[in-house]
Amino acid sequence: MIVETGHFALLLAFAVALYQAIVPLVGAQRGDERLTAVAVPAALTQLGLIALAFAALTYAYVTSDFSVENVWANSHSAKPLLYKVTGVWGNHEGSMLLWVFILALFGACVAVFGGNLPPGLKARTLSVQAMIGSAFLLFILLTSNPFARLDPVPVDGQGLNPILQDPALAFHPPFLYAGYVGLSVAFSFAVAALIEGRVDAAWARWVRPWTVAAWMCLTLGIAMGSWWAYYELGWGGFWLWDPVENASFMPWLVATALLHSAIVVEKRNALKVWTVLLAILAFSLSLLGTFLVRSGVLTSVHAFAVDPERGVFILAILCVFIGGALALFAWRAPMLKGGGLFQPVSREGALVVNNLLLAACAATVFVGTLYPLALEVVTGDKISVGAPYFNLTFGPLILPLLLLVPIGPMMSWKRARAWPAVQRLWGAGVVALVAGVVAFAIARDGPVLAPFGMALGLWLIAGALNELALRTGLFGKGVRTALRRLFGLPRAAIGMTLAHMGLGFAVLGIVATTAWRQELVTVMTPGESVDFAGTAITFVSETPRTGANYRDDVGRFRVVADNREVTVLTPSKRVYLPSRQPTSEVGIYPFWSGDLYLAMGDREGDAGRVVRIYFHPLVPFIWIGAAIMFAGGAISLTDRRYRVGAPRRARAAAAEGAGA
Amino acid sequence: MALSRKQKRGAVIGAGVALLGVAVGLVLYALSDTIVFFYTPSEVAEKEIAPGQRFRLGGLVEAGSLERLGGERVRFAVTDTDKTLTVVYSGILPDLFREGQGVVAEGALDGGVFTADTVLAKHDENYMPREVADALKEKGVWQHAGEGAQ
Repeated sequence: MIVETGHFALLLAFAVALYQAIVPLVGAQRGDERLTAVAVPAALTQLGLIALAFAALTYAYVTSDFSVENVWANSHSAKPLLYKVTGVWGNHEGSMLLWVFILALFGACVAVFGGNLPPGLKARTLSVQAMIGSAFLLFILLTSNPFARLDPVPVDGQGLNPILQDPALAFHPPFLYAGYVGLSVAFSFAVAALIEGRVDAAWARWVRPWTVAAWMCLTLGIAMGSWWAYYELGWGGFWLWDPVENASFMPWLVATALLHSAIVVEKRNALKVWTVLLAILAFSLSLLGTFLVRSGVLTSVHAFAVDPERGVFILAILCVFIGGALALFAWRAPMLKGGGLFQPVSREGALVVNNLLLAACAATVFVGTLYPLALEVVTGDKISVGAPYFNLTFGPLILPLLLLVPIGPMMSWKRARAWPAVQRLWGAGVVALVAGVVAFAIARDGPVLAPFGMALGLWLIAGALNELALRTGLFGKGVRTALRRLFGLPRAAIGMTLAHMGLGFAVLGIVATTAWRQELVTVMTPGESVDFAGTAITFVSETPRTGANYRDDVGRFRVVADNREVTVLTPSKRVYLPSRQPTSEVGIYPFWSGDLYLAMGDREGDAGRVVRIYFHPLVPFIWIGAAIMFAGGAISLTDRRYRVGAPRRARAAAAEGAGA
Repeated sequence: MALSRKQKRGAVIGAGVALLGVAVGLVLYALSDTIVFFYTPSEVAEKEIAPGQRFRLGGLVEAGSLERLGGERVRFAVTDTDKTLTVVYSGILPDLFREGQGVVAEGALDGGVFTADTVLAKHDENYMPREVADALKEKGVWQHAGEGAQ
């Protein structure tokens, strides 16, 4: 009964979304306030209905209702409660439901928090948001119904894929989707602005917080996926340039560009057309990512042809929204009044360079991801494009960008001089130089470029702090004044400092672990010891154990450093019972200098085990960096300018009119 | 340094075009140099692949072919039911590596033997590396139920 209610709620949500897509838009075009006014209640109703559907599916999972096909196929009664809940989105149908749920949530947030938006813009934005929502609701209802019943009812479910039964992967999809789908708000704002034919500073100020919110969720979602790959795949790879990873990375790059270009629109009333284009592209790449992952085209170009319904449907959605938005852009963008050009050497000039480099980076990732698919369709040749391609293309483009990140904020608006801006960063420069020299002295082996990478990471961190110190007057006015000023700074400025620092930490982690990873693969029998990376590791014993829905063999490895027992690592080989699928769990001990990482392999002889031991220097910095970026975004969102300070649109428009 | 409007526009466009040129150049160079082709054992037999040239080898692990050479070194044979190629690999095999199941190995030929530095098996019971599934379908020996499950 509850399941049928969920299905019915989803149908109703589709009807409401259609209504919300059409009526407010017509109202805004005609200037009829009675019609535009329905947008807000419709958005809230749509959210309520989808939440009801989502709750119904979650209920079916928690109570292990195997009469629902989706629950039967992806759950099992012996599964821990946490994974029963997260199993809701651990499959195609449920994850699409989560997708529309988050979409409706963002729509409702615009409705609730958009109190200071002009009624026309708000109605149009919510209308575009509902168009996307109705397309995906229709997709779920027609091709991916999560509420389909089974008859007769099976005794037990087939279980969730064991590699998905993991805390990081359990919460990776909601954050990733919040990022993907959050970009729909910027998209809707952009399309609404194109329909209106007006983009101004106030528009940029409204778009920015939504972009920041989406960007920070995307950052965290990507980081969680990378963390999972690190400890689950058994060798510590944190980024494989896999097409699925790239699908989430492309929108991240474009969203980062959008964050920065929106500042130029807000502060200088320039770059409008480009910013609108970025807002459209960012969400288009999210849709492309959804298509790549959900259509099966990555598993096989042929799987797409075998199960065409879903793939073609998403492809159609993709074409309608991306094509429609770009067509609208081509038609209306020339009407947006340009803010004029500006001096190349200035804050806005620096932000343009940021945008050009980020867009070029995104383009190389795009080519590397889609070229194999295109080639296979055209010639039938099967190729894989891996890390070497991305090192050669993405690398040279991201390096100058990272180098310029601390300099940009030192430039003044309108007109700046480059050399004085760099000079004021001498403190950060010294720190970076020392770091490079120290890295060179400590690690004689490893790639020649690695010490430069370490210097670059510290340049980013110290550069961000240097900028903050200058801004608060730490070097001239003393600590107390600086502290007082620190609390008086706009939160967005602190957010920027944190985000740039987080980037620096991530660079340090990536460079160190890529350049100086140590590895040992050997066979050990209980009682045997090996010396590795300054520690002595002893294979103590191996014991069988029974978990909730798995059995495993747990190895115990004592780690001794400086004649002191540091920890006992307990990696295991696991077999999940419903599916008999094996997995490995690694043992990790975080030293200050990096992670000791131990994975057990197959049996060798009577009691021996193949073991793989790694030392991954500074690797946690990657995820710490991502967490700092997330925190930076969160602090930036609390900036009061976004809540109350947005200038009245009428006044801004009047000023613009007077200035022209 | 007061630039005229025209000069400013020229600077921005020039920088954009230059960057675009660099990006296109890098992409073309990388695509000609770094991509790795995928071959089945039959294709390896047909084409004359130079020793040391990297490629991906895909097929089924031949039943009964897995040998441990001591330590972490293993040897197994990859077959597409037509031709078979011997693979040598040092390291831990993936959890789902099984005889009779699909596998993709990356490496290079070395005196008639394929020396792999990476071995990928399928992710779960339903998923087979895409190239392997396609290759087996071409050979007409595809019999897996997990079509399109992922």
